[in-house]
Parts: sequence; C-alpha cells; structure tokens
Amino acid sequence: MISFESVTKTYPGPRRSAADVVAVHDTSFNVDTGTITVLAGSSGCGKTTLLRMVNRMVAPTSGRVQINGDDIAHMNPVQLRRKIGYVMQHAGLLPHKTVAENIAVVPRLNGATRAEAKRSVDRMLEMVELSADMADRYPAELSGGQAQRVGVARALADEPRILLMDEPFGAVDPLVRTGLQQQLIDIQHELGTTMLFVTHDMSEALRLGHEIILLAKQGRIMQQDSPTRLVEQPANAFVENFLGLNAAEKALRTRTTADGRTMVVDAHGRPAGFLEQA
Amino acid sequence: MNVIQETINWLVSPQTWSADGHDMIARSLEHLQYSAIAVAFAAVLAIPAGWFMGHTRRFSGVIVGITGAARALPTLGLVTLFGLLLGIGLVPPMIALVILAIPSILASTYSGISAIDTSVLDAARAQGFTTRQLIARVHLPLGLAMIVGGLRSAFIQVMSTAILAAYVGAGGLGRFIFLGINTQHTAMLLGASVWIMVLVIVVDVLFGTIQRFATPAGVRRLNATTSAQSSAG
Amino acid sequence: MNWVTNNLETILSALGWHVALSVPAIVAALLCAIPLGWLAHRLPRYSGPIITGSGLLFAIPSLPLLILLPVITGAGMRDGINVVIALTLYGIALLVRSVADGFNSISSETRLAATALGYSGGRRFLTVELPLAAPIILTGLRVVTASTIALCTVGAVLGIPSLGTLFTDGFQRQILAEIITGIVLTLGLAGLFDGLLVVLGKMLMPWQKQVA
Ligand SMILES: Nc1ncnc2c1ncn2[C@@H]1O[C@H](COP(=O)(O)OP(=O)(O)O)[C@@H](O)[C@H]1O
Ligand SMILES: [Mg+2]
Repeated sequence: MISFESVTKTYPGPRRSAADVVAVHDTSFNVDTGTITVLAGSSGCGKTTLLRMVNRMVAPTSGRVQINGDDIAHMNPVQLRRKIGYVMQHAGLLPHKTVAENIAVVPRLNGATRAEAKRSVDRMLEMVELSADMADRYPAELSGGQAQRVGVARALADEPRILLMDEPFGAVDPLVRTGLQQQLIDIQHELGTTMLFVTHDMSEALRLGHEIILLAKQGRIMQQDSPTRLVEQPANAFVENFLGLNAAEKALRTRTTADGRTMVVDAHGRPAGFLEQA
Repeated sequence: MNVIQETINWLVSPQTWSADGHDMIARSLEHLQYSAIAVAFAAVLAIPAGWFMGHTRRFSGVIVGITGAARALPTLGLVTLFGLLLGIGLVPPMIALVILAIPSILASTYSGISAIDTSVLDAARAQGFTTRQLIARVHLPLGLAMIVGGLRSAFIQVMSTAILAAYVGAGGLGRFIFLGINTQHTAMLLGASVWIMVLVIVVDVLFGTIQRFATPAGVRRLNATTSAQSSAG
Repeated sequence: MNWVTNNLETILSALGWHVALSVPAIVAALLCAIPLGWLAHRLPRYSGPIITGSGLLFAIPSLPLLILLPVITGAGMRDGINVVIALTLYGIALLVRSVADGFNSISSETRLAATALGYSGGRRFLTVELPLAAPIILTGLRVVTASTIALCTVGAVLGIPSLGTLFTDGFQRQILAEIITGIVLTLGLAGLFDGLLVVLGKMLMPWQKQVA
C-alpha cells in the first residue's frame, strides 16, 4: 500500500517577489496494493506533483509518503526509482538508445547481465505486443503508439511492484489509446502491479480505475470511490460537473433501429453506438 | 622577473612611442590602416555576394564549403606564397589579407540575410514596400548586426595575420616582433606582443559595442547566441 | 613534384611534428571544454561571462600569444609545448560554447525520464547527457580540428617545427613548391581529420542518421 499522509508541496514563486505556488495542500489518501488507482482532475490541480512524490522526484514540503509502512524519505532515491516504474506522456524514451536498450535500462541499472536483460526485453516486447524486429529501432523511428508501448515495457521490465503513469496515453489518437488502455488492464491483471495513473480524461479514468480519486485545485480530494459509485453517487456538484452528468448535451437516449437493435443517440440525435446486454 | 621589468620599461619608454624612436604610434596606425583597407576590399566583394546568395537562399552548400576550407587555410602559407610570387612590399600580403577576410564576411552576410524570416519579407511586400525600401527598412536593420559581426571577425583575423605579413617584409606592428626575434631583443619582442594583444582586444571590444548598437532591440537576445565568432590567426 | 620526391624526409618530418603538436592540443581542448561547457550549461548566470571570455580569448593573435606563453610557463620559446598550450587555449575558446549548446539541447523530458529510471548522477552524465550532447560537440570539434591544424603552422616563424616550416623554409630559400606542398598538406591533413571525425561520429552515434 502507498499512503499519502497530509502531503503539501509549495514551489517558490516564478519571481522573487511573487507569492509561493501551493501545488498540493494537505492531501491524504491510500493506494491499495495490486489495484489501479486513478488520479483525475483538470490541468494544474497537482496530479503530477502527487505522482512524483512516490519516487522522490518531488519532495513534499510537509507530510510524508509511505510504501508498505516505510517512510520513503529514509530511502535512497536512486535505488527507490529503480524499483518503481514510471511512464510519461511522450514516453520519454532515451533518443540515443534502441528500443531494446531502452527496455533494458532498469534491469541493467539493477545489475542484470546482458543475457538476463535480453530475456527481459524479449518478454516485455511480447507483453506489449511489439514484434521482435522493433528491438533495434531508435525512438525517432516509432509511431506515438509504439513509443508508448515501449515506454510501458521499459517501466515494467524489471518487474516493479509499483507503476506510476503520468497521462501516458494523452498524446496518441483515440483508436490507439483504446487499444493501449485495454492492454494496460490486461497487463495489470496478469502481473498484479500496483498502479497509480494520472489523467485529466474522465472516460479514461472510468475505464481503467479500480479506484478513482477526483482532485480539485491544490490536490484537494473531491471524491475517492470506485467508478460505479462515483457515477451513481457523485459526492458534490464539482464531481457531477467533472463527470458531465448534469450537462444537457451529455444526456443519451435510446432508439430502436429498423433491424430491431437498440441504438444510443446523444442530445443532438447523433448515434453514439448500440446497446448490448451487459 | 627581470624580463618582465625590462618589458615594462620598454613599453613605458618615450623612445618606444616617439617619432624619432620606434614610433609605435605610427606603426599601430599603419597596422590598423592596412587591416581596414584589406577588410574594406573584402567587404566590397563579399557583402554583395553574400547578400545575393542569402536572398536567393540557394548557395548554402557553397557557403559551408568556403567557410570550412577557410578555417583550415594556413595564413602563414598564404602570406609566404604571395610574398614569394609577388615579391617584397605591401601588395602581396594585402592580397593574402583580403582573401582571408572574405569568408567570414561572406558567411555572416549570407546568414544575416537568409535568417530573415520569409514571413517578414512577405508582410513587408504586402504592405507595398518597393525593393529599395525592402533593403533599407527590412534587410539592413535585421541583417546589419550579423554583417557587423562578420566584419568584426574579419578585422580581428586580418589584424592577427598582418603581424605575419611583416615576415615577408611588410610594415605594421609585426616588424617589432621579427626585429625582436632577429636581434634577440627580448624586451621589444615581449613588449610589442603585449601591445598588439591590447590593441586587438580593444578593437574587438569596440566592434562588439558597435555590433550591439547595430542590433534592433528585439533581435538582440536572439543574436547573443549566434554572433561574435572572431577568429584566431 | 621534383622537389617533393627529393625532400620526402623533410616533408614527413614536418608532417609528423604537425600531428604531434596538434592532436594533443585538440584532445586537451576537448577534455577541458567539456567540464567548462557543462558548467556554463548548469550555471546559466555564468554562461554569459564564460562564453564572452572565450570569444575574447579566441581573438588574441597567435604569434604574440606564442611569444608571451613561455614567460608564464617557463618553457623555452622554441619548445613545442608552447604551441600545444596555445592551440589548446584556442580550442577551448571555440569548444566551450558547443559543449554548452550540446547540453542545453537535451530536452527536459529526456532528463526527467533518466531521473525517473533511477540513473545516478555520474552514470547519467556519462551514459545519457554526454552522448546526447555529443552531436553538437562533434560539430564544434570539427571546427576546432580544422582551425588547430591551420594555426599550428604559425609556430614555424619562431622555429617550432610543423608543416609551417615548409612555408618559412620555402620563403627563405625561394622554393615555391615547398610552400605549395605545405598548404596542400595542411588542407589535406585537416580534411583527413575531418573525415575521420565524421566517420567516428557515425559509428558512435548511430541514432543520428535515422533522426536526420
Ligand atoms: N517545478 C515547479 N515550479 C513551480 N511551480 C510548479 C512546478 N511544478 C508544478 N508547479 C505548479 O504546481 C501546480 C500543480 O502542478 P502539476 O502537479 O504539474 O499539475 P497537473 O499535473 O495536475 O497538471 C501548478 O500550478 C503548477 O504551475
Ligand atoms: Mg501533469
């Protein structure tokens, strides 16, 4: 379990005279082991700041973060990072290393031999469904979706128990994104990794999260719940707004088509899809 | 310490500077004059050529080739070559100096003009600028700083190379160095070297100031990272 | 041509000296410029003075510098070490900026990724930052190599052997072929080294060609 205990982060203002920026204010929550927890909220609400507290890329100004009861402030940050996977928006692949070398980075940093690292690379490429001949390509030769897959493969290569993801699928097109999301769900199911996933896209949050934490400015928690409960019982107007539940345009209706199927249409009568028995 | 003391003595001695002594003032002016003439000749050739190439944006390969080769061109080789071919006097080293000054002026004019955003030119044309106005109001202000930068590099390099010109019998400040070497007059050798360094650095700083004034305020920050590539010689 | 075949030994000796003086200077300049350029990159506040200072250093004429250096180093005026030191200084002056530019060109995203992966400071510098800065440093190094090989000839007027000796000797003995040989060899040597650097760059930075 990862627990955030009253964490606060203030950054110095952009200019010396300017006031300090409070990115996160007195936020506490837990992330259960073996689940996907999604931090959702608009841009600038402190998601990235909270995420980076876990691998000590950001040090809380006050409060503490514990992993399984151990305060990470007492751990060596470099060693800690090698045990925690991290995926960022544009994959952040090292441009001078091939796909295989990128995936092998953490195993090698952790002392794996070349042969061991090679086995990890093969296993990970298979897991993210990239063909083996991708291994020798450089990041500049990959599509956005492929780069993200490599990013995920790299983060998971040394089988970390925790994976941090910062809007990893934000820059890929919707079709590819859906594929990547499904793949992530499958991988998490298979490995049981504890995942903390940041997004500003509510549909992504609902799709991926076992647990969703909806944040307002300065990392204030508006609601922490399962996707179902979040939609069924929004705690307040903020949550309703974020989900778009009270927006008239989001209202969906059904209509029976000529061939007898049930079609879902939006407020403007445009088709959104067909209804199937859940 | 002894040598340093002697050098200082030589530098502060009236004999060094006065017309009836070594006349370093006249020699310094002569040195600057030679350099200015060489750079002026080079500029007359290189600025229009660089302007044309920069405007058409088609000769970047030629520019890269010329500046690359110029970097590897040994100045002493050029000076002795022309000295041997054309005999002793001012003309042979002057040809060498002009040749050496051309590449940096050509390259900087080229980049100064070609770096002007095409959208700026299009906008100016759309506003009804004639070609003459385009040159005066757009090219000149935007390209000037780069061109002055090129003149600066050229001038510094020519001043340095003009020292070597004394090796083949031309005048200027290099004469004291070779006189010092040949007569083992260490104080003169060191003193003249110090004085040349001071003079070159003063000229460089002066040019730097002109360059700053020649830069429109909005472009100043941009150019701070690309200009001032004066060259040792 | 006759002169060349009759004086191969002189030519080869001059060439040997030239390489012996310029290569150490190029290597030393690179080794000194990397930490300096890295500092200019890490401390933006000092990068202005560092870059301006090196520009000023490069403006200093070579012959006076060669004459004054022995006063500081204590070496004899005809000692090749003076040429090596002077050329190293010029090389540093040119390279510092390339090195700083190289490190500045690394995207903050790549830096972040390296930190998140768990690179320690030293390892990150050697295996991530330096390789990523290398293409721009190499461009600077090619400039330095050409100008170092050209500048190396100046020492000849003080009696320090190099290809420049062919100029001074050729001028004094009125042998045109000797001077031309010197110029051709200087340009050729610069071209050869440049080619070697390009090949080396292609070998060490295979990710570059795909990007370009
Ligand atoms: N290094 C920093 N320095 C100053 N302010 C920062 C820094 N990082 C983030 N902030 C500020 O903290 C707030 C939260 O940022 P962040 O955690 O990146 O939000 P999110 O990821 O939700 O978009 C923002 O107002 C942002 O401007
Ligand atoms: Mg963010």
